[in-house]
Amino acid sequence: MQHLTLKELRDKLQKGETTAVEAVQKVFAQIRKHEPVIKAYLQTFEQAALGQAQKADELLKKSGTEARPAPLLGVPLAVKDNLNLLNTETTCASKILRGYVSPYTATAVQKLIEAGAIIIGKTNLDEFAMGSSTENSAIQQTSNPWDTGRVPGGSSGGAAAAVAADECFGGLGSDTGGSIRQPAAFCGIVGLKPTYGLVSRYGLVAFASSLDQIGPLAKTVEDAAIILNVIAGYDAADSTSHARPPQDYTALLGQDIKGKKIALIKELLGDGIADTVRQAVETAADNLRTQGAVIETVSLPTFQHALAAYYLVATSEASANLARFDGVRFGYRQQSAKNVLELFKQSRAAGFGAEVKRRIMLGTYALSAGYYDAYYLKAQKIRTLIKQDYCRAFAQYDALISPTAPTAAFKFGEKVGSPLSMYLSDIATIPVNLAGLPGISVPCGLADGLPVGLQLVAAEFEEQKLLQIAAAVERGSKFARIRL
Amino acid sequence: MAINIADARHVADLARLDLTEQELATYTEQLNQILDYAQELEQVNTDKVEPTYHSVAAGTALREDKAVDFPNQAGILRNGPEVSGTSFVVPRIL
Repeated sequence: MQHLTLKELRDKLQKGETTAVEAVQKVFAQIRKHEPVIKAYLQTFEQAALGQAQKADELLKKSGTEARPAPLLGVPLAVKDNLNLLNTETTCASKILRGYVSPYTATAVQKLIEAGAIIIGKTNLDEFAMGSSTENSAIQQTSNPWDTGRVPGGSSGGAAAAVAADECFGGLGSDTGGSIRQPAAFCGIVGLKPTYGLVSRYGLVAFASSLDQIGPLAKTVEDAAIILNVIAGYDAADSTSHARPPQDYTALLGQDIKGKKIALIKELLGDGIADTVRQAVETAADNLRTQGAVIETVSLPTFQHALAAYYLVATSEASANLARFDGVRFGYRQQSAKNVLELFKQSRAAGFGAEVKRRIMLGTYALSAGYYDAYYLKAQKIRTLIKQDYCRAFAQYDALISPTAPTAAFKFGEKVGSPLSMYLSDIATIPVNLAGLPGISVPCGLADGLPVGLQLVAAEFEEQKLLQIAAAVERGSKFARIRL
Repeated sequence: MAINIADARHVADLARLDLTEQELATYTEQLNQILDYAQELEQVNTDKVEPTYHSVAAGTALREDKAVDFPNQAGILRNGPEVSGTSFVVPRIL
């Protein structure tokens, strides 16, 4: 039962063929069996989940005769541990937030709960979502279910591994430069970063506010669409969220893609992309052509500057956002400090890990007097050029294709020594955040036995079309998820 | 624009990070690598380009300037490392 997709489970629950209690029990049996090796979760809530499942089952029984049940009623889901859930610990996998108990629930999580979902646990991540392998977690190392000697990707590596290992039926992550899509690619599942502003960020611990977005990690494209249906929408508590008429993101999934114009991005198929990854993506593109799409190649020359611009923008914003962790109101406090300045400096030095400090240092430098114009402002102008490149492409094409990541999942420790080589694993995903666009990673094949993700990107708020084409990639590739 | 260890120490001070000499040396080297890489941006002419601060145009969000109480004050105070009544205690400032 734990191997079912979210959609399949929901159908069985609504038809009375299974119960939410059974679903929760099966998921926790799977967790007990595989967590000792996978280590996707930082905490789980088995007793609370069983209690919620009993209530869900009562509602499901009633709904058989009355109204239609809530869309996720009785479905066990996981959330990344940088999303607040009332009265649970939210650590961001950082020592500085150990013991922090959320005084409220993030809007996106609240919407899942209101839709009937059962939140069964909170998943591991790179500390404050800063990383591409989940190795930067200060708490534990998560393994890739396909090969436990390899990373699950990051920063939503825990959520991706949990979904891939059937330790939940889907989850929420956050994506600042690829943190949903890249781990989804590494773990052979679907990961969607919605348009900036489609999903409220209220209750997400901020990393880089102009880039962060919450989205689903799911077993299938349809599952991702079902979750997006629930979490999308305006929220007065997030002034960057957009008020738009609701859409059914599952509406076009079954439609064919005849005549859709799709372009491969030249800059993301050349140097630095593993041959096996390129081949898997090109095969998937041929498959879309067989299904009636027009496939061409487009050049987006400003992409070569995206990584540099991203690391200046993201670290600058991070250095400001993380100023709040000072040992005064919450989180770790260095008790030996003799004055307030020492309290700030020592608490932060002891509480943050190496990558977080590195990014705070870079961001503080980029924003400091004399360098603002050369770095932060320059990077924001490059961002405009990248947006313009996308804009020109979307005047001609419905969607753009590239690999999600330059390689399949790498081994533990392979990139830890060199921050820049780790950053390069986000080369295909970061332009999407800089431009605020929706992007999705769909498994499209294998490279030496490891999953390869294909990234599709569409114009802003074109999630319906994005998901429609993603479903066609899924149908064409016939990719089989791992079964643990 | 290479930075030296004194620059790194100044930045750490601005960032309120009490770093060890070893950390300062490591970050100086790594920041220089990243800044070297970022130098490629200098070659791009952006004289007539406006910066993008909001990736998706939303306009300025306005609301009435009205204070609203957070419903779970106790939940906030519970997280304080040291609390007295409704105040957070810090080392003496004056």
